[in-house]
Amino acid sequence: MPEIKRRITQAEAIREALAQAMEEDERVIVIGEGVPDPKGIFGTTTGLQQRFGKSRVFDSPLSENGITGICVGAAISGMRPVMVHQRIDFALLAMDQIVNNAAKWHYMFAGQVKVPMVIRVIVGRGWGPGPQHAQSLQALFAHIPGLKVVMPTSGYDAKGMLLAAIRDDNPVIFIEHRWLQGIADHVPEAPYAVPLDQALICRPGKQASLVAFSYMTVEARLAAEALADQGIDLEVIDARSVRPLDMRTIVESVRRTGTLIVADTAWKTGGIAGEVIAGVAETAFSALKRPPLRICLPDIPVPTSPHLTRDYYPDALYLARAIAAHLGGGVDDAELARRLVRATPHDVPQREFRGPF
Amino acid sequence: MMFTLYRSMLRIRRVEEAIAERYGAQEMRCPVHLSIGQEAVAVGVCAALEPRDGVFGGHRAHAHYLAKGGDLTAMLAEIYGLENGCCRGVGGSMHIIDLAAGFLGAVPIVGATVPLAVGAAWAARLRNEDKVIAVFFGDGTFEEGVVHESINFAVLHKLPVLFVCENNLYACYTRLSDRQPDRPIHGIAAAHGCRAVTAEGNDVEAVYAATRAAVASLRAGGAPVFLECPTYRWREHCGPNLDDHLGYRPGGELAEWESACPVSRLASVLSSSPEGAGLVAAAEAEIAAEIASAFTAALAGPEPQPADLSGYLYA
Repeated sequence: MPEIKRRITQAEAIREALAQAMEEDERVIVIGEGVPDPKGIFGTTTGLQQRFGKSRVFDSPLSENGITGICVGAAISGMRPVMVHQRIDFALLAMDQIVNNAAKWHYMFAGQVKVPMVIRVIVGRGWGPGPQHAQSLQALFAHIPGLKVVMPTSGYDAKGMLLAAIRDDNPVIFIEHRWLQGIADHVPEAPYAVPLDQALICRPGKQASLVAFSYMTVEARLAAEALADQGIDLEVIDARSVRPLDMRTIVESVRRTGTLIVADTAWKTGGIAGEVIAGVAETAFSALKRPPLRICLPDIPVPTSPHLTRDYYPDALYLARAIAAHLGGGVDDAELARRLVRATPHDVPQREFRGPF
Repeated sequence: MMFTLYRSMLRIRRVEEAIAERYGAQEMRCPVHLSIGQEAVAVGVCAALEPRDGVFGGHRAHAHYLAKGGDLTAMLAEIYGLENGCCRGVGGSMHIIDLAAGFLGAVPIVGATVPLAVGAAWAARLRNEDKVIAVFFGDGTFEEGVVHESINFAVLHKLPVLFVCENNLYACYTRLSDRQPDRPIHGIAAAHGCRAVTAEGNDVEAVYAATRAAVASLRAGGAPVFLECPTYRWREHCGPNLDDHLGYRPGGELAEWESACPVSRLASVLSSSPEGAGLVAAAEAEIAAEIASAFTAALAGPEPQPADLSGYLYA
């Protein structure tokens, strides 16, 4: 099929998913601060208002909690709203409506009312977004029964999981990562759904299971390729879903490899990486040949200056070194560094990136 | 009409008293916030709505639920935590719903249902449904930011929402003057761009008349309406008892409001004719019988099963 060879960026894949969801179901509406503006949420909503009209594609007052509640009210009344926050940090203003209403309305009325809504939130990174524009808050949302929380990595999954999320009858927190939006992927044009509860083994391997979330999957795959050339064979699993965690895929992998390493985009304490390890320890403790390893952000907020962020985010080289040491060493560090030292400045996803976000 | 309004208020009053009377038995194991003293706002507003119109409430919602036509047995069973409750025991008194009656839900986070009402009205607009959505809340709720966010959006999009503020002067034990400056609540709503009106909250006919005008205006595509009704809660914030001995309200204030009782006020008007007096007496007996049988039916319900809970989590 020639179609599958089409390459588009994740931002374009998300825009296509939104457009196709609106085409296939007139109940789908899109609202958010900046949705119809000239920047179009990093290009993910560009042109939607022109195509679907002002009654279905809205800009939003700066009222995150109120608009979330309004979307819950619309969802329980038969609409399927998609809300967008340019930064996940802004959703903190709406935690009351997300946690107390969106997550509970179906449960607390014993299943009489559905809340089919999607809240798109974007994790920032690079070019100095700093302490309040670059947090990775998936564990906060994943703690709440009644929510579904997903973090696709590839453009293919971003499109398929967004379509699945919009078709789902439950509130879905759809976490995107700013550094994934510019990456091109093979994305079929026709609509398709990717399940919201399944991890993806994106690189089979025998020596250790490396479970990664969101952008860390990109770094994990780079690290795995470099280590493979030195005889260390990692299985890389893109978790894709945070609630529910696909523990079945992860546990089966650990039973094969005997080693569990988790790379998360978030802080370590209270994070989802610990949850993955706990799940494995509870069900497959005897399969573990060595202690599990978490590779996360240091437990301090994100700084702004490039002089301060240089060593803040673990990258592929950091991962490769940490994993090699954990497995007993014996690798050529100079060779790892030659393969994995970033050719681009550390605070941009691609060399062409020019800020300000 | 006057008699219908009266009967609805009396029914709410007697239901709440029956709950209070039985609460001490320790079988209703959830908080209850009784509406005694505030019946006229619920009844006056809901009587002016059509069955297809929607209503949301807050933590003190028994009156709103019953006035909109919510099923009495299902509400009592819910308070008792039984399977035949309107939320099968998951919700209790503070979470009640009757979709068939257009009572779209009540929850106890203060202000939580105000944006939901706006969203429901927005959906009605998008779906071309001729529907008005009313939401009840108190003076304390007006201090929540989400209320102002919601009103802003409703006015911006001219949505068919009726905001009903039951100003009973207290948020738990804290008087309005300790929480808000001396300016009218409805004045702020007017500044938001609502059509702001007031009605004497213990005068059911005044509330009914104000709501009829509001609903007509909303159906004609007018701006959202904000209706402020001064009224008074007689019993404690939460629970079945009187709590005036705590001293948080000025001496004599409760007695003053009791003398303006919305139910007896209308009863005396109706009783001025022999026919009306007969109706009033008959209503008392009919309601007593209805409540007794509703309690019996509610308590006959089975216990809900914990195994069912996980099935409610996701649709």
